[in-house]
Amino acid sequence: MSLTKILIANRGEIAVRIIRAAQELGLKTVQVYSAADETSLAVQLADEAVEIGPPVAKKSYLDVAAVLAAADKTGADAIHPGYGFLAENAEFADAVAAAGISFVGPSGDVIRRMGDKASARKAAKEAGVPTVPGSDGVIGDLTEACALAQQIGFPVMIKATAGGGGRGIRIANSAEEFMTLAPQASSEASAAFGDGGLYLEKVIERARHIEVQILGDGENFIHCFERECSLQRRRQKVWEEAPSAALTPDVRERLCASAVALAAAVKYCGAGTIEYLYDDISGDFYFIEMNTRIQVEHPVTESITGIDLLAEMIKVADGQPLSIRQEDVSFRGHAIEVRINAEDPAANFMPFPGVVGDLRVPGGPGVRFDHMLYQGYQIPPFYDSLLGKLIVNADTREKAIIRLKRAIGELGLGDLKTTAPLFTALAETPDVLSGSVHTKWLEPWLEANSDKLSGH
Amino acid sequence: MAIHEVRAMMPGIFYRKPSPDDPSYKEAGDSVAKGDVIGLIEVMKSFHEVVADADGTITSFQADNEEAIMPGQVLAEIEV
Repeated sequence: MSLTKILIANRGEIAVRIIRAAQELGLKTVQVYSAADETSLAVQLADEAVEIGPPVAKKSYLDVAAVLAAADKTGADAIHPGYGFLAENAEFADAVAAAGISFVGPSGDVIRRMGDKASARKAAKEAGVPTVPGSDGVIGDLTEACALAQQIGFPVMIKATAGGGGRGIRIANSAEEFMTLAPQASSEASAAFGDGGLYLEKVIERARHIEVQILGDGENFIHCFERECSLQRRRQKVWEEAPSAALTPDVRERLCASAVALAAAVKYCGAGTIEYLYDDISGDFYFIEMNTRIQVEHPVTESITGIDLLAEMIKVADGQPLSIRQEDVSFRGHAIEVRINAEDPAANFMPFPGVVGDLRVPGGPGVRFDHMLYQGYQIPPFYDSLLGKLIVNADTREKAIIRLKRAIGELGLGDLKTTAPLFTALAETPDVLSGSVHTKWLEPWLEANSDKLSGH
Repeated sequence: MAIHEVRAMMPGIFYRKPSPDDPSYKEAGDSVAKGDVIGLIEVMKSFHEVVADADGTITSFQADNEEAIMPGQVLAEIEV
């Protein structure tokens, strides 16, 4: 390892995770922090800590100059951006490289290319990765568009190119409906946005969110199998698993191969995730986007494959080749992660930035708790509500769910309201037990089961 | 004339405008009616409106845009 000191440009549970990986690799750690995070666990665990600004993220964790000044002052030779904040900011990656510091992640150019929806979709298509079928850009003649819609297969979503907030969107179930609805969508979009341009996209009903973890060193590219994150509230994942119980070995092989093809096409360097929608009925999968960073839910992949994803990221940033070859990657058993957020599920997930009370951390076989907590810690109200992630693994999915319930039962945080009761309730729900879920499953379930979400 | 204080109901970041590119909801000197939005508090990435709880004229804001605030902190004063 030629790197000696790594600066963590993040906070919370992921900062703790990065510090642990770096320390195990023999690196010194520098934690930057806002004035609101002086008492954070990450600041206490790091070898050095530098205050970089006031609580508001824009003036601290998002301040590129302040982060670089802290790196310069402490002599850090690597910066890990974690997730969120500056993690997918191409200009930040460029600025870090220009300062002669190793950015733990891909180059600014790769972040730029995969961050833009249109260029990422193009890269995916070129690499032979299936994208959601639709029109290539704006549709012109209505009759031609209807023919295309028939080719894609109904139902088809008619969307306004200038759209937003659901306006200008229609779903056509047949050619007749299409000819009636498309002009309506166009005039609505025209009135709302001053642009009546439309495009078509296939409606994928009952889609699962499935994503593939990839690793690259710029020359070698591997996958570490998939995760399923179909349980979402307001497009936020709350429960993640690996592997996906919905995939056959054949689909899994094709899905993972497509992710490796895309990683290779952009000569990826670091850890990344390629997200797909998976259509249960047809067995087809479609590229949605790529995340060029470590993800919140990475521990489920670590649990089933035994790979330390954070360590691999740092080693690749050091210029080393990947330490594992594809043929060495296998998975065993089943892992589930749930997000313990400072939100009150009984009060419509109202944020609850309280004080950590009598902290009891779950333990025993197959239990991992990645978190930012200690007894008496005042949770700052300024950042996202993720306190920690409870990860369990077992031989089978069924046993993992039993273990999850047992582990949540052990978790104690005093009077702090968290999302923990939600997971106890979900672990007893037939659709969850059988894995019959999709990305639109959780929200209606929450509305119908609010009585099950109060703590004790 | 009495001064009424509008206080923060929760901790977070105080914003005086709906988005960075918009003008402020209210300026000192503006008249307000009970229920008018005078700012936002962002707590853990969720936004909550701060409303005037009295009719009158805003004499001053006691918290700046993007300032970190605590529950009970005075955000604005209204002359009623």
